[in-house]
Amino acid sequence: MLEIQGLVKRYPTGDRALRGVDLTVPEGQVMALIGPSGAGKSTLIRCVNRLVEPTEGRIELDGEDLTRLHPRSLRRARRQIGMIFQEFALVERLSVMENVLSGRLGYVGFWRSTLRRFPQADVDLAFDLLDRVGLTGFEDKRADALSGGQRQRVGIARALMQAPKLLLVDEPTASLDPKTSRQIMRLITELAQERRVATIINIHDVALAKRFVPRIVGLREGQVVFDGPPAALDAARLTDIYGDEDWDERPEVDVDASDAAEPSEVAA
Amino acid sequence: MTAATRAEGQRRWAPRPLIANRTARWLVRLLVLAYLAAVVATVDVNWVRVAEGIERSGRLLGQFLRPDFASRWSDSRIGILESVTMSLVATVAGVLIAIPVSLGAARNLAPLPLYLATRAYITLSRTFPEVIVAIVFVVMMGFGPFAGLLTLTFASVGFVAKLLAEDIEDIDDGQLEAMRATGATWWQVVAFAVVPQVMPRFVGLSVYRLDINFRESTILGIVGAGGVGATLTTAMSRYDFDSAGAILILVIAIVLVLEYLSGYVRSAVR
Amino acid sequence: MPVRTVAGRRAWQRTSARTSALAFTVGVALLGLVLWSWELIARQTIWIFVQDAPEQALNLFERMLPPRWAYAEALLRPLWDTLNIATIGTLAGVALAAPVALLAARTTTPHQSVRAFALVVIVASRSIHSLVWALVLVFLVGPGVFAGILAIALRSVGFIAKLLNEAIEETDPKPIEAIRSTGAGPGETIVYGIVPQVLPAFAGISVFRWDINIREATFLGLVGAGGIGLQLNASINSLRWADASVILVAIFAMVLVSEWVSARVRSAIT
Repeated sequence: MLEIQGLVKRYPTGDRALRGVDLTVPEGQVMALIGPSGAGKSTLIRCVNRLVEPTEGRIELDGEDLTRLHPRSLRRARRQIGMIFQEFALVERLSVMENVLSGRLGYVGFWRSTLRRFPQADVDLAFDLLDRVGLTGFEDKRADALSGGQRQRVGIARALMQAPKLLLVDEPTASLDPKTSRQIMRLITELAQERRVATIINIHDVALAKRFVPRIVGLREGQVVFDGPPAALDAARLTDIYGDEDWDERPEVDVDASDAAEPSEVAA
Repeated sequence: MTAATRAEGQRRWAPRPLIANRTARWLVRLLVLAYLAAVVATVDVNWVRVAEGIERSGRLLGQFLRPDFASRWSDSRIGILESVTMSLVATVAGVLIAIPVSLGAARNLAPLPLYLATRAYITLSRTFPEVIVAIVFVVMMGFGPFAGLLTLTFASVGFVAKLLAEDIEDIDDGQLEAMRATGATWWQVVAFAVVPQVMPRFVGLSVYRLDINFRESTILGIVGAGGVGATLTTAMSRYDFDSAGAILILVIAIVLVLEYLSGYVRSAVR
Repeated sequence: MPVRTVAGRRAWQRTSARTSALAFTVGVALLGLVLWSWELIARQTIWIFVQDAPEQALNLFERMLPPRWAYAEALLRPLWDTLNIATIGTLAGVALAAPVALLAARTTTPHQSVRAFALVVIVASRSIHSLVWALVLVFLVGPGVFAGILAIALRSVGFIAKLLNEAIEETDPKPIEAIRSTGAGPGETIVYGIVPQVLPAFAGISVFRWDINIREATFLGLVGAGGIGLQLNASINSLRWADASVILVAIFAMVLVSEWVSARVRSAIT
């Protein structure tokens, strides 16, 4: 379970990216974080694994305060927190398998990892995950030879290699086309629920969030302004989060209802 | 001219000048003329000697083109071998030392004091020409290829570290962030996110530096730091230009082989 | 293939057994070569002198410090000469390199045999160190600044012509075709089709080479070809180390300033 209390982040420039955020994500819950650009979504999830140092507040993962950890214990905490990135952040010149195995870096020593002598159990898990995300047989392809959707699948496998308690997902679909976006969102939410991983997904596509995620939190100017199920997110609430706009103008109907029939294992 | 001037219905046109401002343009022209005048006034050329030289150069070229590999063969062979071995060892040693130095000289990885220290070393080693560094090493270490080896290593470290550091600074931060987020240590981040990204450039720089080191090694002998330079100078000072020509042809041949090798290796590690 | 099935489980290795074996063989061969080279150098080294090196170094620094700053005044003329050797040498090199590059480029060469000759000129000029050029030219035209200028010019020709040649071969062929189709002759085609396209690259390459030439001009004096190297040689030969350190500081400053100027000018042109 992730508990965030009174989280504040002030950048050295004086920008207040987060102004006291309280948020609790129970084990196995998938949650979407929506809000306009600059609302602090990215800062919030990066504060959790401290890629960005929080200024004030507490962040507890299963009772351990992440904000007070020293480098060694921080690394130990980070290996329980998987992360999926907008631009995939794969190591381009390494193979798919090496990228997936890099999720075990926090568990494997320097020499073993550098010589690529990962324990067989890790290799087994990597193969299983590659099968699960639909990339069977891709292990020797170089990451820079993959399409966007395939890269994000590798990114998902890498994050799950960590056997995380918590999954941080930063705009997973922003670099993908609409159809691939749905496949990726479905894959992430399914995997998170089947492995009971608490998950925060930053996403700017409200329709996609409403469709796949049971709980939505709206962030505006560094504060939580909405927290509830997709059904409660009406035009008035959206105006709270994003400001004035004619929200009913765009129909909420599915563009292609057929895609529900597609197996999510298909490599995009 | 900037504007087309109309004179009796005719429009005149001239190409746009390089420097738009008219005064600046004249000032630059004036300065260049003044500089050239100053040069002509201070550089004295002994034209009689030059005239002799033109005559001599014909003979010299003739000797160069009829190279004599035989008469100084044993000296040339040892000298060339020394040049090749010096450059090879210096490149390997220099590149190995340059790796940690380049990490220190990359602003996105190193803390500021370390960054400043490594940058100071890089500036120092890149500013002084190899021959001048060699003079100092010869004074400290005595004559011989060891002084040359140290010289070339010293220069290679600065050269490779600078260019490698620039490459490290240009790497994709997302990949660094992703590795950090897995709980990797600093060394693991370097091994998984930095090394794969800079590897092609690193290999390219190493073979390129081997090429430079060999060229430099051919003259370090002039100050006593080993290599074929000593034989070459001796041959020239005794007007054995046919022997000198033979050495130079060997040097050119080896440079060509190295250039070919570097091209091959670089295309192999893409 | 890296993936094998062992006892029903899929094993994975980064590279196939064959690639690993190949990499291992190449690695061992390289290591052997380096060790053999080192052995050769070690045999040529008088280790008693090397053991003595820390003491020698300390001694050297004691004699170099403090620098005799009063000597700086006597260096103004040598610095001016060094600047001239580099600048005039670059100008001459540029003037010679332009036609060589045109003859060497696939797109502009009049004939394959001419192209081969131009390429030989480029290779010879690039492979032979400027100090060797200086030795030859001191023999031909006598010691002094003029020999230095010629040495720098001849050495620069290959460098500039090679890069310019690449720039010419990369030019867009469409404007050239268009100009040819107006009925222009080969000379006009070059002036209107190619020159405008390569001019910025040409200027950049020349300024870059000028900066390298400043560095090279500092040591040509070692063999009598003028510039501040003459003073360095004299002070070292007469063991005036406090003067030598002033010279080293002057060289350092001059090279840094030229590097800065060159970087500024190049960023202004492109």
